[in-house]
Amino acid sequence: MMSRAKLELAVGTFVAIGLIALLFLAMKVSTVSSFSGGDGYEISANFENIGGLKVRAPVMMAGVRIGEVSDISLDGDTFEARVAFVLARQYKLPIDTSAAIFTSGLLGEQYISLEAGGDDANLKSGDVIKLSQSAMVLEQVLGQFLFSKAAGDE
Amino acid sequence: MNGFLSAISGLGRKVISSIERMGRGQIFLFHTIMSTGVIFKEFSLLVKQMHSVGVLSIQIIAVSGLTVGMVLSLQGYNTLVDFGAEQSLGQMVALSLVREMGPVLTALLFAGRAGSALTAEIGLMKVTEQLPAMEIMAVDPYRKIIAPRFYAGLISMPLLAAIFSAIGVLGGYLVGVELLGVDSGAFWSQMQSKVGFYEDIVNGVIKSIVFGLVVTWIAVYEGHDAAPTTEGVSRATTRTVVNSAFAVLGLDFILTALMFGGA
Repeated sequence: MMSRAKLELAVGTFVAIGLIALLFLAMKVSTVSSFSGGDGYEISANFENIGGLKVRAPVMMAGVRIGEVSDISLDGDTFEARVAFVLARQYKLPIDTSAAIFTSGLLGEQYISLEAGGDDANLKSGDVIKLSQSAMVLEQVLGQFLFSKAAGDE
Repeated sequence: MNGFLSAISGLGRKVISSIERMGRGQIFLFHTIMSTGVIFKEFSLLVKQMHSVGVLSIQIIAVSGLTVGMVLSLQGYNTLVDFGAEQSLGQMVALSLVREMGPVLTALLFAGRAGSALTAEIGLMKVTEQLPAMEIMAVDPYRKIIAPRFYAGLISMPLLAAIFSAIGVLGGYLVGVELLGVDSGAFWSQMQSKVGFYEDIVNGVIKSIVFGLVVTWIAVYEGHDAAPTTEGVSRATTRTVVNSAFAVLGLDFILTALMFGGA
C-alpha cells in the first residue's frame, strides 16, 4: 500500500492536471464571446434579405472584427429582417453609418460590414442603422444575369 | 397452453424483477446522497478512492485521447482537403472531441477501467461478509464504503474527460500541423472562432458530470446488489460494463438533442 503522503500527492497532481486541461480547453480551444454582456452596446439594422446570416456572425469595419450578431428576427410591420448586433464599447461610430451583408470568399460565412459616415453624433445603445444593403443571394444574381442575357439576345 | 402461460408469467417475472431492481437502485442512490457528510468529515477516504478511480485511469484515458485526436485529424484532413477546407481541421477535431468523443469515450473507458473494479471490490466485500460485519459493528457501510467511492467517481469523471479532450486536441495538432502541414495559425484560430466556451466546453463538462454520475451509480449499485457468490460477482461486473455503456450512449443522444439539437 502506498504511503499517505504519496497518495495525496498523486491525487493532487491528478486534480491539477484535470483543471489545467479544462483551462486549456477554455483559453486555447474556445473563446468566451467577448462582445456580449456588459462590455458592449447593442444597435440594430433592418435588411430586406439577410441570406444565410446567423447569430454570432462577425460584425466588421474595415476588415476588423468589432462585434457580433446577437439576435435575428422578422419585423412584423415592414416584413424586413431585424438584425441586432453588439459592438465593443471602445468603438464609437457616427450616426449615419451604413451596414451591408457580405460573404467572406465565394462560399464562406456571411458577416455584417459597417461603413462609417461623416456625422458628428455617435450611435448610442438601442439605435437603428437606417442605411442598409441586403445580402447577395446567388440564385437572384444568377436569375438576373440569365434574364439580361436572354433579353440581350433578342 | 401451459407452455404459453408459463412464457407469459416468465415475462411478467422479468419485468417485475427489473422494476424492483430500478427501485432498489434509487433507494440506494438516496442512501448514498444522504451519507454525503462523510466525505467532508473523513476526507482521506475520498482521497484514497480518487487515487484508485481517477489517478490510475489517467494512463488509458491519455493514450486513448491522443490516438483518437490523431485519427480524427488524419481522417478529417483526407475529407477536408478535397474541398480545400483543411484550414477547418482544428475546428472539426476540437468540436468532435469536446462535444462528443471526450465525454462519451471517457465514460465508456471509465466504466471498463474503474466501474468494473468498483463493482468487483464491493461485490467481494459482500461475498466475504465484510459489509454485514460492518453493520454489526455499527459502522454504516454507506458512509465508509459506498459514498467515498461514489463521489470519487463523480469528481474524477469530468476531470478525466477534460484531460481526454485536451490531449486529443494536442494529438490532432501533432498530426494535422506537424505531419500533414496544415497552417498552425489557421488551425488554432479557426478552432477558437468556432468553439464557444459556454456552448461547447461547458456543455461537454455537463455531459461528463452526468455520465460520471450514471456510471459510478451503476458500478457501486451493482456491487452492492450482487448475489454473494463468485458467480454473482462476475455477473455483476459484466452488468456494470454493459449497463453503463447502454446508459451512456442513450443519455448522450438525449443530451446532444437537448444541447445542440437546435443549432
